[in-house]
Amino acid sequence: MKYTTETIVLAVGAFLALLGAAFAQDKLFGAHMWVLFFVLLAGTVFMIRRISFAPAKVAASSDDGGYFDEVVKYGVIATVFWGVVGFLVGVVVALQLAFPDLNIEPWLNFGRTRPLHTSAVIFAFGGNALIATSFYVVQRTSRARLFGGNLGWFVFWGYQLFIVMAATGYLLGITQGREYAEPEWYVDLWLTVVWVAYLVAFLGTIMTRKEPHIYVANWFFLSFIVTVAMLHIVNNLAIPVSFLGVKSYSAFSGVQDALTQWWYGHNAVGFFLTAGFLGMMYYFIPKQVNRPVYSYRLSIIHFWALIFMYIWAGPHHLHYTALPDWAQTLGMVFSIMLWMPSWGGMINGLMTLSGAWDKIRTDPIVRMMVMAVAFYGMATFEGPMMSIKSVNSLSHYTDWTIGHVHSGALGWNGLITFGAVYFLVPKLWKRERLYSIRMVNWHFWLATLGIVVYAAVMWVAGIQQGLMWREYDEQGFLVYSFAETVAAMFPYYVLRAVGGGLFLLGALIMAYNVTMTILGYQRDEAPIPGAAPALQPAE
Amino acid sequence: METYTAMRHFADSWGLLAMTLFFLAVVAFTFRPGARKAAERAAEIPLKED
Repeated sequence: MKYTTETIVLAVGAFLALLGAAFAQDKLFGAHMWVLFFVLLAGTVFMIRRISFAPAKVAASSDDGGYFDEVVKYGVIATVFWGVVGFLVGVVVALQLAFPDLNIEPWLNFGRTRPLHTSAVIFAFGGNALIATSFYVVQRTSRARLFGGNLGWFVFWGYQLFIVMAATGYLLGITQGREYAEPEWYVDLWLTVVWVAYLVAFLGTIMTRKEPHIYVANWFFLSFIVTVAMLHIVNNLAIPVSFLGVKSYSAFSGVQDALTQWWYGHNAVGFFLTAGFLGMMYYFIPKQVNRPVYSYRLSIIHFWALIFMYIWAGPHHLHYTALPDWAQTLGMVFSIMLWMPSWGGMINGLMTLSGAWDKIRTDPIVRMMVMAVAFYGMATFEGPMMSIKSVNSLSHYTDWTIGHVHSGALGWNGLITFGAVYFLVPKLWKRERLYSIRMVNWHFWLATLGIVVYAAVMWVAGIQQGLMWREYDEQGFLVYSFAETVAAMFPYYVLRAVGGGLFLLGALIMAYNVTMTILGYQRDEAPIPGAAPALQPAE
Repeated sequence: METYTAMRHFADSWGLLAMTLFFLAVVAFTFRPGARKAAERAAEIPLKED
């Protein structure tokens, strides 16, 4: 591959970033453009060093005409890397809440590290996992190479650039203040370009498939890509104040703006963190247990019911606000109805193991996937319950919400991704097995224990917090000042950091295990009792 | 009529009806005669190779 055009485009981009820094309207935009300039310059230098000057015939692509797996390999490595970074920032943020002295101003105070954490785990860790697995799954289930030649590379590197720009922007203090959509207008525009390329690559592969039927995992992936494109564009409709400045104003105002944000915010959960990861579930669980999904027809109903209902659930984030009452009730009703498709999907995932339940005992990767689906079930039961107005009046704005989010994010998204990574690494690098199966077991228990500690502590913290806020004395005065309710949270915040630390430790073990597998080592260890030796069929 | 009101009325009448019917049609299609065989074949797709 020669990549001449790509290199020139990178160089031009670096030059434009330099111009942006020179003519910036405000200091922050200038600083951000310097970051962009150095990133693109490094990219340009790297590409120039790789240009092959051999004649075209000799330099003919090393492409073997099979599946485009190189980009999936990069994606898996990026997933593990950003996962560790995101969890680490999470532990730091948890400690900052417990020990405010850890807020190092201005770049590392809670207001900046918190979006760094949420974006790193959702978009960097989760997003890379989704892009990598969707590229892997769509090629195999369509029996076609990824569409668009090098488009896959553009999607991967373009997305990493988005992550770097978003993360550095947060630390510099650039934010449009929209939950899970903090990057400002110019970074949003870049993500739109990358996302359209992603859609073209994915949809193109489906269009050129050799398998007549579109497997259900691809339906989930496609709905995730299409819906996120729609959500991202509408939520980020904004007018920049100047062409070379960071500030922009939303196209919506007041309660419309609030609802737009939570329509986006909840569907980011519904389509990014649910539909996309369900695509993983419907491929990797059948693969790992070597059985077809329990009921394919249930998976179709699961799909349609999920996408028809999720999109209406957003207003439950705005109970008892200026949002019209009918909209609040609508959000609540659809959230409760969502329980059905969610549990239908959970049952479908779990029952795929019927006849192979022993694998939970003998295969730590299956155990991880099953625990992920179990957490999917728990989080999708807790969510509808919390969306009921009377429950929400106690739970809203408390740490119960944070606990709920983490049982879903760590338990469901984290564990299913770890399972997929452990499945993919030996396959992609053509290793006989992972470096160590026993380390997967360690990872499983550390992660599970971490989540249980985290979620249980946040339940207690949240309910205590909610009860303290609403406690009146017999004369109608509030019993506790707000600062007292904050002080009461201290032990829970420390324990939360412990739970998060356990989860991070598990991820570090995974990073080591994955690295050693890629390098081609095998740990000399006793097999898991009961596991049949040499399960891998010949490729 | 105000745009908001018009869209609001459309959403909770024809819009709601159209989406409900589409959804019911999808469910009916999934359980049409002969769907079981097709579904079983589709479920085997990931297991066919590698």
